[in-house]
Amino acid sequence: MLKNEYRGVWTIGEVRNGEISSVSYELLAWGKKLAEKLKVELSSVILGSDIQGELNELFHFGADVVYVVDDENLEHFLPDVHSRIYEALVKEYKPEIIIASATTYGRTIMPMLAAKLGTGLTADCTKLDVDVKERILLQTRPAIGGNVMATIKTPNHRPQMATVRPHAQKALVKDEKKDGKIILKNYPSEFYKSKYRWVSFERDKSVDSPIQESDVVISGGKGLKDGKNFKMLYDLAKKLNGAVGASRAAVDMGWIPYSHQVGLSGKTLSPRFYMAVGISGAVQHIAGMSSSEVIVAINKDPDAAIFKVADFGIVGDALEILPVLIKKLSDEVNEND
Amino acid sequence: MRIAVLVKEVPATDKVKMDEKTGTMIRSGMESELNPLDMYAVEEAVRIKEKFENVHVVAISMGPPQAVNSLKEAISMGCDDGYLMSDKNFAGSDTLATAYALSAAIQKLGNFDLIFTGERATDGETGQVGPSVATQLGIPVVTYVSKIEKISDEFVRVCRSIEGGKETVEVELPALLSVVKEINEPRIPNLAGKIASKSKKVPLLTANDIEVILDKVGLSGSPTRVVKVFYPKLSRDGKIIKVRDLESAVNELVEFMKQKGVI
Repeated sequence: MLKNEYRGVWTIGEVRNGEISSVSYELLAWGKKLAEKLKVELSSVILGSDIQGELNELFHFGADVVYVVDDENLEHFLPDVHSRIYEALVKEYKPEIIIASATTYGRTIMPMLAAKLGTGLTADCTKLDVDVKERILLQTRPAIGGNVMATIKTPNHRPQMATVRPHAQKALVKDEKKDGKIILKNYPSEFYKSKYRWVSFERDKSVDSPIQESDVVISGGKGLKDGKNFKMLYDLAKKLNGAVGASRAAVDMGWIPYSHQVGLSGKTLSPRFYMAVGISGAVQHIAGMSSSEVIVAINKDPDAAIFKVADFGIVGDALEILPVLIKKLSDEVNEND
Repeated sequence: MRIAVLVKEVPATDKVKMDEKTGTMIRSGMESELNPLDMYAVEEAVRIKEKFENVHVVAISMGPPQAVNSLKEAISMGCDDGYLMSDKNFAGSDTLATAYALSAAIQKLGNFDLIFTGERATDGETGQVGPSVATQLGIPVVTYVSKIEKISDEFVRVCRSIEGGKETVEVELPALLSVVKEINEPRIPNLAGKIASKSKKVPLLTANDIEVILDKVGLSGSPTRVVKVFYPKLSRDGKIIKVRDLESAVNELVEFMKQKGVI
């Protein structure tokens, strides 16, 4: 493999219901740092059908080039079609780095693409950097439940591929003056042959605010005593524009669906603010949230392990504290209005 | 119908304690278990076997010799056979090399209509092996499967649990499905299952047996390299207050949230 033929940093944009989703902009923030250090172009790749929204926005948020494949056959995610198109794009334009978000889309398409290209892929990174001299991507990720961090590289294969944790990084400040180049690609009909048939999509209100995509996550555990007390967490989350998470214990009790579970056998998150309410902090739970930027814990037990990872903690009964907190926040919001 | 279930043996995290000073895991005697998320894959395969006639379920794992225990557990849950791929040539395989070896074993054992995997393993947590196996076999993969709606000879119709809701897709067989925890409640093996698994021989498959190209497995077949491993300091030494007066405790919390820009 001629490694030096490969140049540039690509980010895999995501289109949901025809619109470019926010992770696409976050990825540009991840990619910008790498592209600047390597002195190469930063690109966004967008596959979709009748893509609404401004492709220019991608330039405003950091892209120098946007590759667009817009075809009616790309309305839904057919993995074989998408991976075939990415493979063709990579073989034609040879980027040295490809990053995608660790969403259900990214975590499906990236291993497929890496297998087709026979290259390395590192999942769910929380930090990316480059060794400029060697032009090697340094990918740091938690392993064994966040208790160990590993830095991984793909020294001899290209492209170097990684997925990054959604919402671990903010999009760049928008620069409306920034412009870029759009490369529109078309592929012949055989590219769109698929072994999949899309049937339907049903919105599910219970996953309306997916915890992996929220900047703020308010999680509850056994200390809430009853499933109906989760309502308070939803009220609190609403005030903070956040989502509701839960410990495994709360999910096992049937208080909240599995899609909300945070931890080793649930979701691993890095939101900007995480509040653990009535959660003692089993190793498995801490593994799923310890990389959050700011952590607040509320628990009755002063020795609860959750306090060790908290930036701020209150030792007390969550069921007494929550109503006061919610009221206080309502007052705050009203004042600001 | 022939079904394969890919399983992995992982450190038993339930038995893990954290060293408070170093923030590292203390693994008591390195106990291992069947990856908890793989149990949903095993359960789903066994349910298909119970529902339809002439279904044969084979569990396959790659790992050290003791991983035979995880295969025995899969058999005790209802799998018909188990195969352990164990060979020093496999050591150090990353997800691409692991998936290559697994796909070679699948081809060797032959003619599977469906392949199940768990969403990811609780140790490596990549979730990459399933999609990579399918791609290396040239068959379709459906990830995050939370329900199987219909199975025919030619296709399956499944629901995927994705951001914002449920997606339903149909896919041609053979196909690989990676399932999530919502899909079922794995059974606890009964006595008959346990007895069956005790007497069941789990054949060993070496690199030679499955006819892999040696350069494509183990460290030499792995594009990725670990540069360094370090232990993050988990303890934040945050400010912990005790509630004496509810109002003032909450006020202090709100002040903290303001200072951090949350409000």
